[in-house]
This record gives sequence, structure tokens and C-alpha cells, in this order.
Amino acid sequence: MLCQKCKKNQANTHVKQIINGKLTEMDLCSDCAAKMGFTTSFGSFPNIADMMSGFLGMPTMNALADEVKCGGCGATFSQISKSGKVGCAKCYETFYDRLLPSIKRIHGNTVHTGKRLRTARLKSGEGETPAAVREDKSELETLQEQLRSAVNAQEFEQAAALRDRINELKFRSKNEKNDSSVGEA
Amino acid sequence: MEKKWYEKNGKDGSVVISTRIRLARNLEEFPFPARCSDDLRVRIAEKVKDAVLNSGSVISPRFSCIDVDNIPMGERVSLVERHLVSPEFISEKGTKSLLLLDDESVSIMVNEEDHVRLQVMCEGFDLDRAYEQASRIDTLLDERLKFAFSDTLGYLTQCPTNLGTGMRASVMLHLPALTEAKIMRKMGENLSKLGITVRGAYGEGSEPAADLYQISNQITLGISEKTAIENLRSITKQLIAQELSYREKLSPRIEIQDKIYRAQGILKSARLIDCAEAQKLLSRVRFGITTGLITDMDLESVNRLFVEIQPATLMQSTGKELTASERDAVRANLIRSAGNAH
Ligand SMILES: [Zn+2]
Ligand SMILES: [Zn+2]
Repeated sequence: MLCQKCKKNQANTHVKQIINGKLTEMDLCSDCAAKMGFTTSFGSFPNIADMMSGFLGMPTMNALADEVKCGGCGATFSQISKSGKVGCAKCYETFYDRLLPSIKRIHGNTVHTGKRLRTARLKSGEGETPAAVREDKSELETLQEQLRSAVNAQEFEQAAALRDRINELKFRSKNEKNDSSVGEA
Repeated sequence: MEKKWYEKNGKDGSVVISTRIRLARNLEEFPFPARCSDDLRVRIAEKVKDAVLNSGSVISPRFSCIDVDNIPMGERVSLVERHLVSPEFISEKGTKSLLLLDDESVSIMVNEEDHVRLQVMCEGFDLDRAYEQASRIDTLLDERLKFAFSDTLGYLTQCPTNLGTGMRASVMLHLPALTEAKIMRKMGENLSKLGITVRGAYGEGSEPAADLYQISNQITLGISEKTAIENLRSITKQLIAQELSYREKLSPRIEIQDKIYRAQGILKSARLIDCAEAQKLLSRVRFGITTGLITDMDLESVNRLFVEIQPATLMQSTGKELTASERDAVRANLIRSAGNAH
């Protein structure tokens, strides 16, 4: 199906909005969806399924993935990556290693630093060693500080450049991690 | 009854219409909504309703529960027009319920993409107030509902994009001068590199009907609520300053004054007006009010009209189904009487 907006690219994103009092649904390509602000609107990240299946790549891994079912909801990893929807809280524990690359790609981070009401009952990522992350941290932190002051000084151009470098750095450290995990598999 | 947020003018009201905080939460003991049977959805809806209505908070008696599956489509669309729920929430049935505070400042969607989507809205630029209230309600609800949380990943959500804080903070900005100067597209690109999403608040995203933009944080994991809010605040402050300086630069120009006064003239005399035209003209009038060119209308009225002139909300307030041209007449009337009140 072609994108209903540009009528050029293949549509891969289904969006819903209210236009003139009517609920309207549209099929868009990811470019048009991004231009219209849909890719990162609350709760919808249309390419997440693509992103996750991209990480699954090899067919042997697919077959292997199907064998493991989440003890909480019965979901398999290929079901999750196809729909872009995680089955239940326990899935994050069961499929932690396989979800991590996409989580990192989305957020540039893998560890929660916000509100904490109590010690969690669920544990995930216990096996992760943050050592590799830590090495990069000082450079990353410096850049992030520079970014903050660039933003404060209204230097958007420079801020954008800094942001690019930060993303690059995060991407690189993620790739190094990916390579090693592929090697193990 | 207390005024609704869209009937008021708040802090930095010349540019900022409203502030919104949304939190995504899930009940630990149930699968996420996509894997829930109807029976489970009913149980979740009952649990959340019970927790909200009996939380012991002073505001809990002021909530009402709306069974969204079983109200007419027009009423459902009006919920979206009033920014209370997402379009996704009303598009498919599935034991969707909405817990709504009487002044519409707090709404809790149940069985949307996550079990609970808590939203706090307030007029003007007030991120701290909105976040504090959202967080307070979140903490109260957690005692009864036990939200899914992991030490490493934070609040667990059906879509990994919301992991961590599960928080979207956003502000709705009126940016007629930056739009007129044609720098919003470039601005949007730069801001997206800073982890900020920009989208049109009404109409189709890229060309917002009333020069109203919603800007919000993108990232929820690895950044605390406080830092995300600080970032958004500092960027909003700069957008406010830029918008105001462009308004000052543009408003002496005769072409701009002509646009503003013509808009006022049409709104004062039109007998039929469609929603898109009304929004466009109200935006110009709003620009005129903040630069002192227009004195017989105030920001509160314009803010209120932005919401009330939308088709479904218009029909809901008149209490009957109207054809498009009947709506255009009611809308023109509503706008004229708002102008005459001064
Ligand atoms: Zn397209
Ligand atoms: Zn599961």
C-alpha cells in the first residue's frame, strides 16, 4: 500500500486522529509519519516491530527464540518482535537480553534513573556488567554537559551538533556490545 | 463548578496555552492489554475504578467513571477534542473506561495501550504543578494497584518506548509569529535532535490549524522525571522568548496588522464559519490581543473557543446532532457572543 500523504513511499504506519469531528485513520510511510509528529507521540512507535525483528536477523535464532515462552503470559520473542508489543511485565525478565538492543536504540540508555517507590519485585538485567558503559561515561557526560549549556545559551545549531556526537557515541558503544553478543551466539 | 483548564489563562499565557503530564502504568499481576482477555479487562477496569474512587484522597469523590465503549461516537470524539483521551483510545472497543475529575484536569484512561494512562492538565506554563499532582495520584494508586516496576528498567510498559519513567511531559504553545516567519520546520528538526518532539496540536501535524504546537520529551529511560522536565522547561522558555521577540518585530508591519484586524472583522460579523477557518482567525486575533492591537476580547475567551468550536464538542454542548452548516451557524454565533461580552 502506498503512503496516503506523499503517494510515493510504501506505507508502514497506521495512524488515527480526529479531523473535523471524525475519527480518521491513515496509512503513512515513516517519513511522512515523522513529519507529522507521529513516530514519537505517546505510546506509538510504529517502527518498533521492524526494529526488533531487525535484531532477530538470523533464522536459526528465530527458531530458537520460538522455543522459549514467557512464564507470565506465554508470549514468544518472535510474537513480541512481530507486534512491537511486549506481553507482560515478566517478558522483560524472560527476554531481557534480546530486548536490550532495541531498548538501547530507542532511549540511548538501559537503566532507569527516575521515580522509585519501593524495591522492585521483578528483577531484570542482573547479569549485565555496566563496565563497558562506564568507560564511555566520562566523555559522554562531558558532551552532555556541553549540550546543556549550549541549550541554555540558545545555541541550537551547536546543540544539535553535540547531540549528533552524543548519539554517535551511544551508537558505537551499543554496536560494540551487539558484536560481542553475536559472537557468543 | 470550577472552571476547566481550557477556560483559563495561566502562567506565560501569551504563549503557553497548557501543560500536560502523562504517566503510563501497568498492574503487575495482569498481562499487558494486548494479551488480556475481555474478562481480564473487566477485572482491571473494576480494580482501577475502585482504587481511584476509594483512594481516600480529597479529590476522589470528584471523579466520575465513563464507560467509553457504550457512549455515542460524538461524545467519544469530543473527549479527544477536549484533550482528555487519545484517538487510539476511542477507535476500538475493549472495556475502555475513563475516570475523569469534574474540572477535567485529571483523566485516567483504563485499558488503553497500557492498563493505566494517567494525565494531568493545567492552564499555562506550570510543569511542576502538573507533575506533582500526577506523581501524588500515581503514588496513591500504586498502593492499591501495585504497578509493574523493575529495578533496572523502571516502570514496565507494553511498548518499550515508554519504559523507565513512563512519563511524557508536554506544553501546548501558540506560536503565530514563529510560524509566520517560517522557522518552525527547522526548529522542529533541531529540537528533535535534543530529544524533544514537536507536533501540531490541532489538525494535521505538519500544518497546525491554529499555530498551536505540542512539544514534549521523547526519552523516558535513563533520564529522571526532574531532568526531563528541566530540559523541556529550558527549551520552552527559549521558545517563549523567541516567539515574543518575533511578535514585537512583526506586529508593527501593516501586512500583519491587516491580517489581524481582518480576522477580527470576520469573526465579529460572520454568520457561518467552519472549524478550520475559525481556528486560523482566532489564532490571528490571539496574536493581536498579546500585542495590544485587539482589546475587546481576552485570552481566556480565545482559549475556551479553541476547544468549544470543534464539531463534536459543539454538538455536545447544544445537546443535539447538527448538520455541518447548522454547526457553522452555531459556531459563528458562539464566537460573536464571546466578542460582545466585552
Ligand atoms: Zn509518505
Ligand atoms: Zn510475558
